[in-house]
Amino acid sequence: MTGGTELIWSEAATLVAQLRAGRLQPPDVTRSLLDHIRRVEPSLHAYVRLHDDAEAAARALGSSPNGHLLWGLPIAIKDNICIQGKPTTCASRILDGFVPPYSATVVERLRAAGAVIVGQTNMDEFAFGSSTETSCYGITRNPWDTERIPGGSSGGSAAAVAAGEAFVALGSDTGGSIRQPAALCGVTGIKPTYGRVSRYGLVAFGSSLDQIGPIARSVADVALVLQVIAGHDPKDATSADVPVPDYSRSLVDDVHGMRLGIPREYFVSGGIDPEVEAAVRAAIDQLVALGATAVPISLPHTEYAISIYYLTATAEASSNLSRFDGIQYGFRAKSKAAGKKGGDLLALYEQTRDQGFGDEAKRRILLGTYALSAGYYDAYYLKAQEVRALVKRDFEQAFQACDCIVTPTTPTAAFKIGEKMSDPLSMYLSDIYTISANLAGVPAMSLPCGMTRNGLPIGLQLSAKPFDEPALFRVGHTYQQHTDWHRHRPPLANSDTRLKTQDARRGKSSG
Amino acid sequence: MPINADQVRHVARLSRIALTPQETERFTEQLDHVLEYVRQLQRLDTTHVEPAFHVLPMMNVMREDRRAASLPAEAVAQLAPDHQGSFVRVPLVVDDGA
Repeated sequence: MTGGTELIWSEAATLVAQLRAGRLQPPDVTRSLLDHIRRVEPSLHAYVRLHDDAEAAARALGSSPNGHLLWGLPIAIKDNICIQGKPTTCASRILDGFVPPYSATVVERLRAAGAVIVGQTNMDEFAFGSSTETSCYGITRNPWDTERIPGGSSGGSAAAVAAGEAFVALGSDTGGSIRQPAALCGVTGIKPTYGRVSRYGLVAFGSSLDQIGPIARSVADVALVLQVIAGHDPKDATSADVPVPDYSRSLVDDVHGMRLGIPREYFVSGGIDPEVEAAVRAAIDQLVALGATAVPISLPHTEYAISIYYLTATAEASSNLSRFDGIQYGFRAKSKAAGKKGGDLLALYEQTRDQGFGDEAKRRILLGTYALSAGYYDAYYLKAQEVRALVKRDFEQAFQACDCIVTPTTPTAAFKIGEKMSDPLSMYLSDIYTISANLAGVPAMSLPCGMTRNGLPIGLQLSAKPFDEPALFRVGHTYQQHTDWHRHRPPLANSDTRLKTQDARRGKSSG
Repeated sequence: MPINADQVRHVARLSRIALTPQETERFTEQLDHVLEYVRQLQRLDTTHVEPAFHVLPMMNVMREDRRAASLPAEAVAQLAPDHQGSFVRVPLVVDDGA
């Protein structure tokens, strides 16, 4: 694990242990990672920005870890989380030139724990998407098959971790944007309970749904990083004042007595790829063999989740994105009309937003505005909130009979680039298994549980009661003690020849 | 109740987004498709259901009304595409009658 290549593939917890023991030095680790990124990046484009000062930041840590939990650990940040002094653009043209004058609370906490930020990862514009194809910087490719999408919206973060370009990356999850790309890239990612992690400095998309969470190579790594970023923050009134447990105590190899709820609505024939279903059922069997019990449960309003989500999330987004007007920050359209006095302010707004937002952002703003507008509010937005209450109740009732709900993360493995871009509804439907956790506010985690015959990763999703992340860690960590799906590496990152060929063909694509 | 191009133009105006005729046509068709799908919610009787706008049992989070450091005005104004010192410059909104 001291060799260059092996170091790149270590788990974060192992790496930090070596750093803290003095066997590795922070600048060396950051340099090795950046070298690897430069080799792999041209064929994937997981990052939108690498930080030139990362190595200096690693050097500035000095030589004494002082008990810092993430001392010397390089970390990547999704491009919708503010970092003071670094452009933060949500992969949108409308935030072109925006350099935040403050850092998100999660960034402050990571740095205070000794982490080194190496760069910012690609994403769907404003996190609107499930494939990272709507980024204004261009697509990110799936390390397992570069003709396929990495998932989204945190596709850059998941691809980076899968390809050895990051040990850990932060993502954000509004309807599955951490878990779905984690599943499609074969890595582990958690959406914490709503309110568990401060959203201060996260560019808001759906304020009642958004959570920041880590993507990493193992459950233990995800738990380690969540330990650092979780907790109440006075700067976010929706962050919960609930004590953060010591997550390392949940990293046990023991699921005896755990009741796993298997919701029948998630295994409807025709809705799920047979290979995905077989892998998930095998994972459930394995957990049962290890001492858990499987309990059939029902989440009767599952079929309404996507409808509720696309009304709620777009309504909240249309409101949140009204601040991008060409006046306060970011991009402003250049137009003659916009320069004239009296009444042309409207033209400036309209042209700035037309040119600054991509198609999916426009569609969502229009849909959300429609759902909130006079005459339609009751039928769409309010109705969605009422049915959302029923979804929440489904989970409350289910958790009376079980400790952890086990499902697939996605109905299929990674799809082809371009496959769903012309049909928004089919793209939305790919989030069918992840959305309910956001609607109900419960924590949910995806971890690898198999591969398709085509060599694509399959994700297992675990959900638990609000603030019961420990249950997810216990089940997930136990599973990873008995399987090695999370240790599989994509062929791409190991093949220097292939990389060079692709490099020459595509040229440098990093923004 | 399908959505038509006039409604999309109206919503685009409310959203402050200028749409080309081609965009209007495409978005009308796509939004209609999505709205047709989400109308499944109308099937459910929610007469006695309280809406869940939020998932946490939290209301009216209060804090002490105490002064604290904030970002310097100049640093914030500098974020604007057009600024001067600690001011954001905007196009003339009210006609000065000249």
